[in-house]
Amino acid sequence: MSDLFDGYELDQAFDEMFGRADDPRPPYAALHETLRLLSNEEFAERCATRDRSFRDQGITFSLSGEERPFPLDLVPRVIAADEWALIERGVAQRVRALEMFLADVYGAGEVFEAGIIPRRLVYSSSHFHREAVGVNPPNGVRVHVSGIDLIRDEHGTFRVLEDNLRTPSGISYVVENRRAMSQVFPELFASHRVLPVATYPARLLEALRAAAPGGVDDPTVVVLTPGMYNAAYFEHSFLARQMGVELVEGRDLVCRNNIVRMRTTTGERRVHVIYRRLDDEFLDPMQFRADSALGVAGLLNAARAGEVTIANAVGNGVADDKLVYSYVPDLTRYYLGEEPILPNVHTYRLGDDDVRQHVLNRLDELVLKPVDGSGGYGLVIGPQATDEELATLRDEITAHPRDWIAQEVVQLSTSPTHAEGKFQPRHIDLRPFAVNDGDRVWVVPGGLTRVALPKGSLVVNSSQGGGSKDTWVLADPLATSLHPEPPPPPAVALSNQSQLFDTPAPETGPGLGQQQQQQQQESLVSSC
Amino acid sequence: MLSRIAESMFWIGRYVERAEATARILDVHYHLVVQDALIDESAACAALLTVMGAPDAINEDVTLDEVNEVLGYSLDHPSSIAATLFAARENARGAREAISSEMWETLNATHHALGGRVATARSLGPNSFFRYVKERAAVVGGLVDSTLCRDDGYRFLVLGRALERVDMTARLLIARATVADTPGGWVTTLLCCSAHEAYLRTYRRAVDASLVAEFLLLDRSFPRSVLYSLNEAENALIALDRQQAKTGSDEAARLLGRSAADLEYRRLDELLAELPTHLGELQHTVASAASAIAERYFRQTRPMEWSA
Repeated sequence: MSDLFDGYELDQAFDEMFGRADDPRPPYAALHETLRLLSNEEFAERCATRDRSFRDQGITFSLSGEERPFPLDLVPRVIAADEWALIERGVAQRVRALEMFLADVYGAGEVFEAGIIPRRLVYSSSHFHREAVGVNPPNGVRVHVSGIDLIRDEHGTFRVLEDNLRTPSGISYVVENRRAMSQVFPELFASHRVLPVATYPARLLEALRAAAPGGVDDPTVVVLTPGMYNAAYFEHSFLARQMGVELVEGRDLVCRNNIVRMRTTTGERRVHVIYRRLDDEFLDPMQFRADSALGVAGLLNAARAGEVTIANAVGNGVADDKLVYSYVPDLTRYYLGEEPILPNVHTYRLGDDDVRQHVLNRLDELVLKPVDGSGGYGLVIGPQATDEELATLRDEITAHPRDWIAQEVVQLSTSPTHAEGKFQPRHIDLRPFAVNDGDRVWVVPGGLTRVALPKGSLVVNSSQGGGSKDTWVLADPLATSLHPEPPPPPAVALSNQSQLFDTPAPETGPGLGQQQQQQQQESLVSSC
Repeated sequence: MLSRIAESMFWIGRYVERAEATARILDVHYHLVVQDALIDESAACAALLTVMGAPDAINEDVTLDEVNEVLGYSLDHPSSIAATLFAARENARGAREAISSEMWETLNATHHALGGRVATARSLGPNSFFRYVKERAAVVGGLVDSTLCRDDGYRFLVLGRALERVDMTARLLIARATVADTPGGWVTTLLCCSAHEAYLRTYRRAVDASLVAEFLLLDRSFPRSVLYSLNEAENALIALDRQQAKTGSDEAARLLGRSAADLEYRRLDELLAELPTHLGELQHTVASAASAIAERYFRQTRPMEWSA
């Protein structure tokens, strides 16, 4: 009997589900078995259910002016417990090192004295903001939320592709994908033990409260959005709702004498922590772009005075600059005295004349990225570029070597993805999200798996036609609870438990357990 | 709560009510004209367009289908049902953390389904479209009742809905009072408010012009009567006003309270004799109260311009 996996072809990329053709890896065995038994019609029906659910809830994105449901591929990506343990430790390590680096860059600058990274390189980053020097966050955290993009190379090794320390987005899709999957494929959850992701907003709120200015017992947290026409507005609104805090726009806030307040129907109310989903440049027209109507005038000085906390901190972008990225392994060794758990992708720095020449000679074999880009914009994949594009690129690099890095082409791992009526291998990456509350870095079990939907494409960004997959971290087979935290100890030791139940249970006469019904109608019926 | 969110809640209340009331009015109007061969179609349509605030759309022989386009289906006309529901949905989109997910989904799904419903209505007649709008408005009303916390957001929504009801009922009575008096016409007026049965239960006699006006203006128990809605709006304002020391300290509440007292304590024959004047005043009161509410609660919600 034919099934949806027919004709699934493996190439040199690491495939997440299949080690060899028709032979699923152990964590995927149960999933493969369920999917194999589905007909294309049955699968299409579930796709329709998914689309309706996303559209009704307004989880859509605009593509050439039309609202499309968010593209969730219904084949989940599965990560075994031991693989996840490595990712979790690696991501937390990286966030800790980058936190220390940021504190150093906007503070003492010891890393420059130690000769680990050139001062000139850091100060020339377009995301280095002099305005952030001297803004000391109350609990020392600058990277409250981060998204560390990982890929899996031909050997199945997880590598860091880039760090996102400004306003990484996608967490709402992680939570909503899970909710949609459990509606569309409830039977899959019965056969798998998947770690929950819905605790993220509560964790984020805790971390934001912990970041409040000193001396505030019950801080007021808000989410600052550019407004409902922003592409990520759904996520802003999602987080505000799930945390139970106000979603504000710049025009709702007012800053006077370094105190930030929001305008409410009962007057102005003090705000202590602002989780902003607005780029640095638009945050404060007094410090950055004067034409920005999205921000709040005076906000940065209020943060400098310690009256309000901006999360994530201003100036974080310097640490996710792609040239700085190439130094993160060294920074990890320098600050933590540890070997990096997750390796980088091999990266060429083009400031050095010899390296640059080497790269220019091999442009058609490498990936070239602008150092301050995000969302896949400006990226050039050598083997897929035309001669004309390469010539332009060559001039560009020669003129501005600081603006580019080069990397070897990595065959991103593939995962079965529904396309053209059957499952086909498509390239994927993974963005785990980490929340730093100052005491520990917590990583959401799972994260956003992005998938490049066109055949052979290596670009997974949703702005470039990418989709996503629900990401399942399977519980450790030995664990007894899906929540890794130890349960709280019982408040009172019960010496004689049976005493609790000594009082006799109430008599339950016939019908007493039933719900009350409307009496009048029934008696009327019986009397006539 | 945030002023911007309060404003959105107020307008969700108004827009959903407006869509529902417009659907009721168009539905009854359409079937009345279709069934009665003696009615001059274009005159009736012109009168309706005038009272619904769309006199621009009137032409020499305006048809029922044109009225349905302008007041029902067209997104280009700001008070059409489609545009009103879209505006309600956009407000809800900006205030999602203040309303329940179910309420948002209902408004969002309604907007998405509307295009298909319009296509059906154009080919099979408008009744299914109007019924759909009324049902969806009822679902929203039910969700407001069962899923919203009784906080200020809820009160602003109720306030908007009550003000809109006063306005729409006043429009309806103006429409009736300005055209030739026929008993059938007053039944239509009652049907537009789904008040025919309530009227019959209350008065237990045939429909009479002055009694209908009295019922729709002054009945204390019918939820779409002007007096009931004025009182509901005033109560919402009183609940919102934390610092209230004495009656009339809030401008909007003062305007509404005065209007309610004026209706209630004026002699009925006097009221009916000058009906168009009083109805015009009512509409004016609603507009002034809305401005006073915006002035007090929604102020400073425009983006601040900053020039270096």
